[in-house]
Amino acid sequence: MKPLRQRWMPAVLVNGALLVVAAIALAPIVWMMLVSFMQPGEASHFPPPWWPEKPTLHNYGELFLRAGMGRYFVNSLVIATGVTLVSVLLNTLAGYAFAKLKFKGRERTFRALLAALVIPAQVAMMPLFLLLKQMGLVNTYFGAMVTGLASIFGIFLVRQYARSLPDELLEAARIDGAGEVRIFFQIVLPALRPILVTLAIFAFLGAWNDFMWPLIVLGDQSMQTLPVALATLSREHVQDNELMMAGAVVTVIPVLLLFLVLQRYYLQGLLVGSVKG
Amino acid sequence: MRASLAGWAFVAPALSVILLFFALPVLAAFALSVTDFDIYALADPRNLRFVGLDNYIGLLTNPLFWKALGNTLYFVVVGVPLSIAASLTAALLLHSKLARFKPFFRTALFAPVVTTVVAVAVIWRYLFHTRYGVMNWLLSLAGIAPIDWLGDPHWSMPTIILFAVWKNFGYNMIIFIAGLQAIPEDLYEAARIEGASWWPQLRHVTLPMLGPVMLLVSILTMAGYFQLFAEPYVMTLGGPLQSTVSVLYMMYEEGFKWWNLGNASAVAFMLFLLMTATTSGLLWFARRKGVE
Repeated sequence: MKPLRQRWMPAVLVNGALLVVAAIALAPIVWMMLVSFMQPGEASHFPPPWWPEKPTLHNYGELFLRAGMGRYFVNSLVIATGVTLVSVLLNTLAGYAFAKLKFKGRERTFRALLAALVIPAQVAMMPLFLLLKQMGLVNTYFGAMVTGLASIFGIFLVRQYARSLPDELLEAARIDGAGEVRIFFQIVLPALRPILVTLAIFAFLGAWNDFMWPLIVLGDQSMQTLPVALATLSREHVQDNELMMAGAVVTVIPVLLLFLVLQRYYLQGLLVGSVKG
Repeated sequence: MRASLAGWAFVAPALSVILLFFALPVLAAFALSVTDFDIYALADPRNLRFVGLDNYIGLLTNPLFWKALGNTLYFVVVGVPLSIAASLTAALLLHSKLARFKPFFRTALFAPVVTTVVAVAVIWRYLFHTRYGVMNWLLSLAGIAPIDWLGDPHWSMPTIILFAVWKNFGYNMIIFIAGLQAIPEDLYEAARIEGASWWPQLRHVTLPMLGPVMLLVSILTMAGYFQLFAEPYVMTLGGPLQSTVSVLYMMYEEGFKWWNLGNASAVAFMLFLLMTATTSGLLWFARRKGVE
């Protein structure tokens, strides 16, 4: 047993340190919200104020009425939702097939996919832009979505999870005369539900937070997503801290809330994805 | 036979998307990188010429490319170990049996990971503002003169590194916690019987047992940090004095500001090469150390 003096000191140190780290992690986010309710110019004082003197929604009004934030919000929502719906379906179909359906060249194809993971996505961006320009898809929602419609990581995630499905279950359905498509929708999808939620959050957050590709393909202002619009705004309004913080709130809060509600699935997916199969 | 057909039919949609929007463009990028594709070729492909390795040679003699390479390596070499150290510290704290309110702390520490880079970069620009920023206020409490965090070429990259550590440490923290949970309790028991306090336990039990996790985390973090782009785009525009121009920032400007898509593709391939070389080096080092 430990000596008595060692009993409480370490506990105080550990929890104290955790409190400090949590404060550092959360302070910028909390402060962003507080500053977003300040009067224009209020945050540009020294020492920086913590609490809005006279809380106002002026900055939000300015963003939505004058800067077109509503439009950017809708753009982000449409693109992220579209990516989520399509990629969940495509990745699940492929991941399940790689795990459970036997077909010629399966292992080789899967290994090739995994090998492609080392290629940074940006390598493809110049030709991809030219391709989309040729197809007339620059400045369209679909153009912004193409990089997320299927993901190797997502396929890998589903495959890892689907491997634990009992083969007897699928065989029994086949003997009963069920087609592969019906087996997929009636047996496999329900059994994979937890990983589908994980997949959906990853896809949605990834698409919502994505910056470089939307910046490249959505040159037209009316099509821009929140991060792209915010980056542009922040270059124009360098001094308007309150306005910028309100813009950051509108961009960050939706994904933060989504994470808070579904964090169990998110963290689980992160672990499955990072353990090599 | 039926299963074989079904298998291909099931993977076909995802594979065709990856093939059309990723694999083919990657191959085309190499082709593009040996041409002088520029704004004239964008208007009329007949202006396109094959230039061999001229783009690559041009990069190697371009001071800005070396600057961008140096900045990116600075970010990776300092940022990755710092991030991993922060993640490991946080993981050890959260894994400790003494820690209370674990679910709350885990969520709080992870929150920065899910935020939008552009949005939080905007916040940090305010926190590190020379005149009104909270960082300089904290320094002033300690009697230190204000620092021009993002305006001084010596401080701009350290500020971006601090930002990246804050934004990303929660991700590896979760992986480390899983690694810590997998270490058998008997090992600690044995160490305690031999009278080892927490530091020898950490050095001789925890860290060696975390070897494979450490390797994985290093590779993932390095790959991510080589792709530095949004932070300088929002916080510094690559400045001051090009002190935060990263390789990808240069690629973006070359490709989509000046429309030198051939040259930009060459930049992208150089980055790919660099990432592959560093990862291989890390794997080689790990194997020599006996980690697998």
